[in-house]
Amino acid sequence: MMGWLKDLLGGKVHDDSARWEPGDTLAKQLALVIDLNVCVGCHACVTSCKEWNTSGTAGPLVDENAYGANPTGTFFNRVQTYEAGIFPGTDTIHFPKSCLHCEDPPCVPVCPTGASYKRKADGIVLVDYDKCIGCKYCAWACPYGARELDEERQVMTKCTLCVDRVHDAQLAPEDRKPACVKACPTGARLFGDVKDPDSEVSKAIRERGGYPLMPEWETKPANQYLPRRKTPAVGGDAP
Amino acid sequence: MNPAFSVVLFTTIAGAAQGLVVALALATLGGISTTSAFTARSLAIAGVMLAIGLVSSFGHLGRKERAWRAVLMWRTSWLSRECIVLPAFIGWIALWWLVLPRAEPSVLFPLVALLLAAVLWLCTAMIYACLRFIEEWAQPLTLVNFVLIGLSSGFVLASALAAASGESELLRASGPAALVLTIAAWAARMQSLRRNAALEHRSTLQSATGIRSPQLVQKSMGMSAGAFNTREFFHGRTLALLHNVRRVFLLGGFALPALLALAILLGAPAGLWWLAVASQAVGLLAERWFFFAQAKHPQNLYYQVVS
Repeated sequence: MMGWLKDLLGGKVHDDSARWEPGDTLAKQLALVIDLNVCVGCHACVTSCKEWNTSGTAGPLVDENAYGANPTGTFFNRVQTYEAGIFPGTDTIHFPKSCLHCEDPPCVPVCPTGASYKRKADGIVLVDYDKCIGCKYCAWACPYGARELDEERQVMTKCTLCVDRVHDAQLAPEDRKPACVKACPTGARLFGDVKDPDSEVSKAIRERGGYPLMPEWETKPANQYLPRRKTPAVGGDAP
Repeated sequence: MNPAFSVVLFTTIAGAAQGLVVALALATLGGISTTSAFTARSLAIAGVMLAIGLVSSFGHLGRKERAWRAVLMWRTSWLSRECIVLPAFIGWIALWWLVLPRAEPSVLFPLVALLLAAVLWLCTAMIYACLRFIEEWAQPLTLVNFVLIGLSSGFVLASALAAASGESELLRASGPAALVLTIAAWAARMQSLRRNAALEHRSTLQSATGIRSPQLVQKSMGMSAGAFNTREFFHGRTLALLHNVRRVFLLGGFALPALLALAILLGAPAGLWWLAVASQAVGLLAERWFFFAQAKHPQNLYYQVVS
């Protein structure tokens, strides 16, 4: 009881050494880099994400009315499709989007319970499902719509960057990647540490003009996107 | 945003209760004589209103049994701070109510009550105003509106209670104050409506996707049916309904109560204060509903078809 009271008065109820606090700069930040040149919109990342995360220890990602007229479900990753330009010179762009694991995540400080947090060790933003009260304030505080309330468990859920895969020493090293990355048939999803200048993701961002979404809000998304390049076939320069 | 009735009711009713407590506290501090039975009864009404608000706010939680956890992150979260200040405010009012019939209460009671009411307004408004990318909310007028609307409805209610109990000395002060506060709240709300009407959102479909083409249309939102994202952030009502709600709240929340207050001050029967209370109950609930509905969340850019 006294310990609980002490934590309450100090505003500290978690092991702070493991948690990012506003203003902290992390040495390591795991993230995805998504190559819009090669995403073909097959949704394999969506289904593999659902499969992995619904089968894990954190419990299933609920689907409601799965076979009804208005099915709805929880997904950590979705692929949208956009069309740019004027016909016939249009580009069809498939656009996968999941939590961007911001370096300054606006969803974390607003959480009243501390269920929402960012790991100091690798920068992954997570929700502690046992502490979440389902107030939805973090979802309001995310400009990207990355969080989805689990309608059955009534707790907020989001992409975990497959935290239960990427550090699993029992998996072969090449399998220690998020399920979506492993599933992508075209290699449109790169995974790694964006703070390591020699990593595959850092090189891709540097050499191919990687960009963050909604830079205007200064959330510093860790995930970045590689823009479409014009190839010689459509009158552009060779990549 | 899709307005949640629990939050609409909570912020409206708690705001009015805060205004009522402010009226009682200022009357006590200003030496306006009221019977202690009247003050106690009015404090009890404010306490019950706040309790209704507190219970209502639980309606917004998915896991109500864990609500106590919400007080933990007061260092960073305005929501957490609100969860501490609201029960403290209720507790302080209860204490004031308890000591009132026994002895002449210390000035500490109204003073601290004033402070807690102000801090509660700050917390409630900052929950919305601190979300920088919800640009309809991220402005100082959000706080101004929460305070002025709370004060207006609180003073109108205080005047109605004073009229019913024959507290003429209080009514002589609270009546004109209610008129002035209602007009001020009206003016501030009009100003925030004007500001939001002229608002140009910083985020665009281009900045949201990073696709630079000026001609950019969404062909698929990534699912064939609804999701949390299409329910929580869209009110799904027509523009015509929004315009009507706006009309209802400007009329019921501000214009009619101000007119009634003026008429009473010019000699109309004081019983009309209750009509002003009823009008504000409808009008200000509509106002808070509109406050949520009008806010455009940037995530909606990713759901062009729903919007």
